[in-house]
Amino acid sequence: MADNINNGRRRLLTTVTTSVGLVGAGALAVPLVASMKPSARARAAGAPVEVDITDLAPGQMKVVEWRGKPVWILRRDETMLLELASIVGDLSDPDSAVVEQQPVYARNAHRSIRPDVLVVLGVCTHLGCAPSKNFDKGVASGLGDDWVGGFFCPCHGSKFDLSGRVYKNVPAPTNLEVPPHTYVSDNRIVIGIDQEETAA
Amino acid sequence: MSLLNWIDDRFPLTKVWQEHMAQYYAPKNFNIWYYFGSLALVMLVLQIVTGIVLTMHYKPDADLAFASVEYIMRDVPAGWFIRYLHGVGSSMFFLMVYLHMFRAMLYGSHRNPRELIWLLGMVIYVALMAEAFFGYLLPWGNMSYWGAQVIVSLFGAIPWIGEPLAEWIRGDFVISDATLNRFFAFHVILLPLLLALLVYLHIVALHKVGSNNPDGIEIKKNKDKDGIPVDGIPFHPYYTVKDTFGVAVFMTVFLGIVFFVPELGGWFLEKDNFAPADILQTPPEIVPLWYLTPYYSILRAVTFEWLPGGAKLWGVIAMGAAIVMFFFLPWLDRAKVRSIRYRGWMYKTMLMLFAVNFVMLGYLGTVNPGHVNLIWFKNVTWAQIGLVIYFAFFFLMPIYTKLDRNKPEPDRVR
Amino acid sequence: MSMITKLLLIVSLLVSPALLASGGGENLDSVYINLADKGSLRRGAHTFVNYCLSCHAASYMRYERMAADLEIDTPTLVENLMFVADKPGELMTINMASEDAKVWFGVVPPDLSLTARSRGPDWIYTYLRSFYRDESTPTGWNNTLFPSVAMPHVLYEWQGMREAHFDESHGVSEFSGFEQIVSGEMSEAAYDEAISDLTNFMDYLAEPAKLVRYRIGFWVMGFMLVFIGLTYALKKEYWRDIH
Repeated sequence: MADNINNGRRRLLTTVTTSVGLVGAGALAVPLVASMKPSARARAAGAPVEVDITDLAPGQMKVVEWRGKPVWILRRDETMLLELASIVGDLSDPDSAVVEQQPVYARNAHRSIRPDVLVVLGVCTHLGCAPSKNFDKGVASGLGDDWVGGFFCPCHGSKFDLSGRVYKNVPAPTNLEVPPHTYVSDNRIVIGIDQEETAA
Repeated sequence: MSLLNWIDDRFPLTKVWQEHMAQYYAPKNFNIWYYFGSLALVMLVLQIVTGIVLTMHYKPDADLAFASVEYIMRDVPAGWFIRYLHGVGSSMFFLMVYLHMFRAMLYGSHRNPRELIWLLGMVIYVALMAEAFFGYLLPWGNMSYWGAQVIVSLFGAIPWIGEPLAEWIRGDFVISDATLNRFFAFHVILLPLLLALLVYLHIVALHKVGSNNPDGIEIKKNKDKDGIPVDGIPFHPYYTVKDTFGVAVFMTVFLGIVFFVPELGGWFLEKDNFAPADILQTPPEIVPLWYLTPYYSILRAVTFEWLPGGAKLWGVIAMGAAIVMFFFLPWLDRAKVRSIRYRGWMYKTMLMLFAVNFVMLGYLGTVNPGHVNLIWFKNVTWAQIGLVIYFAFFFLMPIYTKLDRNKPEPDRVR
Repeated sequence: MSMITKLLLIVSLLVSPALLASGGGENLDSVYINLADKGSLRRGAHTFVNYCLSCHAASYMRYERMAADLEIDTPTLVENLMFVADKPGELMTINMASEDAKVWFGVVPPDLSLTARSRGPDWIYTYLRSFYRDESTPTGWNNTLFPSVAMPHVLYEWQGMREAHFDESHGVSEFSGFEQIVSGEMSEAAYDEAISDLTNFMDYLAEPAKLVRYRIGFWVMGFMLVFIGLTYALKKEYWRDIH
């Protein structure tokens, strides 16, 4: 019952109104979807953590929590640092080629900003168990007489060295993850902020 | 073969579209009163959607609930907007429903052959009031707590079974965490499912008989050679397009309130509810939200202790009867015409009086019964007058609708 | 317009003044709330943190949210506004245990996050300016808006000390005025302004979203008016078919 001109106008009006309506509906949907993002409470709980390492002696390890995960801070002594080169042949990824596992400033043999202090997430890259530390050497460690110290995951037997680098022939595929961190002074590390950034 | 054909071979998609939209013939004379049904449906969907999002963050625990609402208001991205949509939404939902019900009473949509649509609608109304009541406890504010305390204790007024019943409802000796948890279950799943089912049945019943119209005449009585009512137009595109305009205007008002006056001076969000539930401190006035106040008013109007069983029991009975009266409307109305346009002066007067009285009772439900907020009489006296008018509308209806001198109904819509 | 519509309009007009009038039989002084005045909010925040936060928590507000909304940079926030918290992301709670509070004051000082919504800004403004000396109370202070309140006049150094006079002549004791007995650091006007800033801050504290609500709402209304225009044109176009 409508003539041609009417149909054209109808189509135009319908299209424009529908489009504007969809924009409106989308605008209404945005807050509904956005509300599922981490809330201020979640972000506060995941905020950077400051650690004081003044009384961390060489050979000692400290554990703190960041974003619900354990972070190991190990002050390696001279012997430990020397060993890092000797076992390179037994490691899957000695040069930290897998870039997701550490920030750019930790792509080195000691996988850290300062050679002596290791900051690494204590989460096995196989299935997420917490590995145990084992700094004994040789037979005393229970991990064979060529064990120079490192971390051993009790769940499925993965092994990591004193830089968190993964050994060959173990279930874990990659080196332990190094979280973003920076030194705000000689003895204070903030975990959760990258080195170049200013305050988050 | 096209996708549509593939679906149609397996599911009555096109058939349902034709029967209920493109070839469902609705009277062409729908006026402004006919927007409110679709708007009520829009509100149902909106309350469910915003409710789902709120449930992601809300904690139904007496120690955590109040704080979780503030968490939503402050920490959840856009949480305040969703909370206001839901809170303002509940009031807007009732406004749409009341206007929708009034339309029915104006044009006789409650009468034969639409009695079942009316009855289903009444069940929806009662379910909606229950949904609102359960929902209001959830923020665990001071008004939430004491309002629930008062209403649940009303059940205690029922002889013999009252106290055990009240305890069973609460799950405790007073309103407590147990009550909160179960009201959460009722509000979030039981009643929404029930409401969705009832609304579906309501629309199925409507489509079986066809819509009424402002002239109250049956358009199906006058069909053309193709069997299409001459005063009917296909719902799609005419009413889909018209209802979209209705939605646009409604959403503008609704969002205007949400963004600028979400509390609406305490009518939509009560001040006392911004303080957490305190079992030692009752608010100076315990008042439900506006949409329940007419019945609250009737409850409080019954103050005659000499009644057997006491005033509290008869107040509860009066309140219940007030709602139940609506169910009988199709059979109380004895007029030979449907729409108010052709009714005599008696029904017109009684209906207008009923509407004004309903609003007055609503207002009186928000103020102290002992004060004088209107003129001359105390509020409780006005509420008692209101109660009489309210019940007279129903009880006298068989008489005045029979006596009324109605005008002849037209054959075609005007 | 039909009779019914006319009737409804009349009813709503008659009823709306009653509905929208503010309740409460108290005589409250009005305070001017201006959430756009960040300076006022900052002064109020400073007062709040230094004088109120020791006993009253604001446990739904996070420090960093307050700093962001009030345009306070993080170092200033940490230096001047955070006394019991470590990180800006924390909630503004207090270290006083509620059992201790009950013993010391008889009641736990209520959380103030929502007071501006449950009592209203006018109430807060009036309350903080209604304290007077009263030797008969445990703290030595009383309040004309909240008789026998357990809270002392924390800001007495600013306002000074006042006595309240009551007119007993008609059988009932009626408040007739304050008399300054010891002057404070601030003049009455300065004190009123400080309390106004504090009340302004507390209004913000009760609903931080208010800062954005009006702004977004304005744009939403603009969009909706356009949408109404379009849907109306669409409806009119199709309905040309009818009749």
